[in-house]
Amino acid sequence: MITPRLAAGSLLLAATCLALPVSADTLRLAIMGEPASLDPHKVSGTWENDVVGDLFEGLVTEAADGSRIPGVAESWEVTEDGTTYTFSLREDAAWSDGTPVTADDFVFAFRRILDPATAASYAYLLYPVKNAEAVFNGDAEPGALGIEALDAHTLEITLERSTPYFLDQLAHYTAYPVPRHVVEAHGDDWPSPEHMVSNGAFALQEWRSQTRIEATRNPHFHDAENVALDEVIYFPIEERNTALNRFRAGEIDIAREFPTQQYTWLQENLPEAVQVAPYLGIYYYAFNTRDDRATADPRVREALSLAVRREVITDQILGTGEEPAYGFVPPNVAHYEGAELDFADLSQEERLTRARTLMEEAGYGPDNPLELLLRYNTSEDHRKVAIALAAMWKPLGVEVELYNAEVAVHYADIRQGDFDVARAGWIGDYNDAQNFLSLLEGGVANNYGAYQNDAFDALMDQAAETQDTDARAELMAEAETLALADNATLPLYYYVSRNLVSPALSGWQTNIEDIHRSRWIDFED
Amino acid sequence: MLRYTLTRLLQAIPTLWIVITLSFFLMHLAPGGPFDGERQLPPEIEANLLATYHLDEPVWRQYLIYMGNLLQGDLGPSFKYKDFTVTELVAQGFPVSLELGLWAIGLALLIGLPLGVIAALRRNSTIDYLVMGTALAGVAVPNFVIAPLLALVFGVFLGWLPVGGWNDGAWSNLVLPVVALSIQQIAYIARMMRASMIEILGSHFIRTARAKGLTETEVIWRHALRPAMLPVVSYLGPAIAGIITGSVVIEQIFGIPGIGRYFVQAALNRDYTLVMGTVVFYGALIVLLNLLVDLLYSALDPQIRYDD
Repeated sequence: MITPRLAAGSLLLAATCLALPVSADTLRLAIMGEPASLDPHKVSGTWENDVVGDLFEGLVTEAADGSRIPGVAESWEVTEDGTTYTFSLREDAAWSDGTPVTADDFVFAFRRILDPATAASYAYLLYPVKNAEAVFNGDAEPGALGIEALDAHTLEITLERSTPYFLDQLAHYTAYPVPRHVVEAHGDDWPSPEHMVSNGAFALQEWRSQTRIEATRNPHFHDAENVALDEVIYFPIEERNTALNRFRAGEIDIAREFPTQQYTWLQENLPEAVQVAPYLGIYYYAFNTRDDRATADPRVREALSLAVRREVITDQILGTGEEPAYGFVPPNVAHYEGAELDFADLSQEERLTRARTLMEEAGYGPDNPLELLLRYNTSEDHRKVAIALAAMWKPLGVEVELYNAEVAVHYADIRQGDFDVARAGWIGDYNDAQNFLSLLEGGVANNYGAYQNDAFDALMDQAAETQDTDARAELMAEAETLALADNATLPLYYYVSRNLVSPALSGWQTNIEDIHRSRWIDFED
Repeated sequence: MLRYTLTRLLQAIPTLWIVITLSFFLMHLAPGGPFDGERQLPPEIEANLLATYHLDEPVWRQYLIYMGNLLQGDLGPSFKYKDFTVTELVAQGFPVSLELGLWAIGLALLIGLPLGVIAALRRNSTIDYLVMGTALAGVAVPNFVIAPLLALVFGVFLGWLPVGGWNDGAWSNLVLPVVALSIQQIAYIARMMRASMIEILGSHFIRTARAKGLTETEVIWRHALRPAMLPVVSYLGPAIAGIITGSVVIEQIFGIPGIGRYFVQAALNRDYTLVMGTVVFYGALIVLLNLLVDLLYSALDPQIRYDD
């Protein structure tokens, strides 16, 4: 019964051309994965941020260029010691069912994400708030949390200590309000399309798992008259080639990522659609500085770093627009002027000569070659880079054993310290140098190589206590200089963001956090 | 027949239990856990997550908890897709994979069986070589090559069909994935059917039929075809199970919301409950389809009877 119809169908097909109906005011966006949830307290991926950030708005929000502008909060005051923020909320802020957004919704949201029962993996991003960690650990009552509704439209947040990046962080989904009246009525089921109300530019209409998420303009949004789009459809597409093909076929308007191998082809064929920009992330190798390792010797680390030709990796091996990294904090990070490795200006010849001398001093030579265990997580690009490193270290007489594992195993293993050099990467949680440099503080979980430098830690502590933005930046730059002089890690390149954006769209602006809210996007006529 | 069916179903219980138990412990033996990733969570956050999903308990306790829930039909929450239970994920994805798979297997039979028969009847002719050569190519070229090629040609260059997406099973979205999925099956079935047909045509009862003076058409339709299909039918059991539980490659490339992707993703994410859910589901399906195949045998081959 089935088969003849199909045969007829395939004949018909040859004769039919498909025209997909497209409304000029519907944005079709390819996001890079299926959201784990649309509950802002339960998400952790950038692709989830794309959706959740259109649906919700925090006290502070992102402009088209990623800079922070007032969101639900109209204005705010900060006490001189930088620990207490008083926000005046908009009178016209409303949930998509028309209920006003009140200070109480924020108090409810902050307590909810810090409730262990919510099992939020990003709850720790709110630790700057007074007693947040204690509340999460059950050592303090939820009421002790440093957030209070002074009245319906006045919110006071108290911090553990001055945190210069706190305002930036309030734009993050961990700090979004959630609709108390809906969450209490529907429990864990509240993010479903039937129940969800949100306070952002768009409101959820439909979520078909692994297929599409539809959101329409929220008429109750305070800036609704300036939102050009009527509708946004998010298509979760994990396979980057599929996203590219669907973009080329005109089935989607924006692809939030494209396959790196296609970069050259895209530059030639779709130059006006390719958007490549510096991104808040670093690709590096961790040096294991634990005592029994050869890489515990700073001379060995420096020699290895000297021998790596970063430009060859970025330009020839990858060729996808990445910038070679001579520092640990990506350039363009807010309020920060980073440091550089001191050999950045030397020629490759000079670097190699110095590397050879260092290796000799460290006691390695033709009779006693250095043997290294290099670990990387499975991926074609990681493999290419790993092989390139091994080849670049060969002139120093280094023998490299390559070992790859899938990502969960890789990170579990390198946290155990079972490596000499290991591939790692970090995407900033927020746009601040501290988020990167804290990876090198002693005893931090993500400090894979167990780098330990008391002077570095002291500078970071001092920076944390410093209110003045410039002075704080200088302290952190000093710390970075120390870590670079120690060759604490082997920075290779800074990440770039890659988007395909239809030339028919306006309002798209590249930015270092690669955050693009649909409320700024419009179709050019 | 009924008694035979019931016995087989009862026998499936210990089989499934062994499959589940083995998978459960193997999965927990695999290094890395569901919350290991590029960023280490602060210890108290990780501990809280582990406690939420009972992962802080000893493995044997987790096993008992899991089996207890399973007996009540509860496959548990997915660790990755937090808004969904495993049952919901399977319930959402399976109909999609099923629809796609049935079309593909239908197409494969519709094309593969006649091709095989024709090749067998015209053995060593140009047609035979052509069919078998194409079939060989069909088996040899993997679907991760065919699928993007089809998408590129019919979706991007010609613009006849959507490159990807499901669109609630609209036929235009079905065509490319169905074709991509069935090409290998067509090739297998054609080759199998040819070999089996050739064997049957050389057997005594066919000679008898011809000696009776039946026309060649009658010989083939009434006597040769049914027994020749037996190997294909026994192949169909596992093939259908495999194809309707989704193909991770096809689903990824065409962006189809089936359950095939979960088999791979769940394992890579160490999404334990989803891994187990897919194993339980797939295991049950295989058992069921094998039983169906055995029952179908008796319909095709009068020598096989399950009555006592």
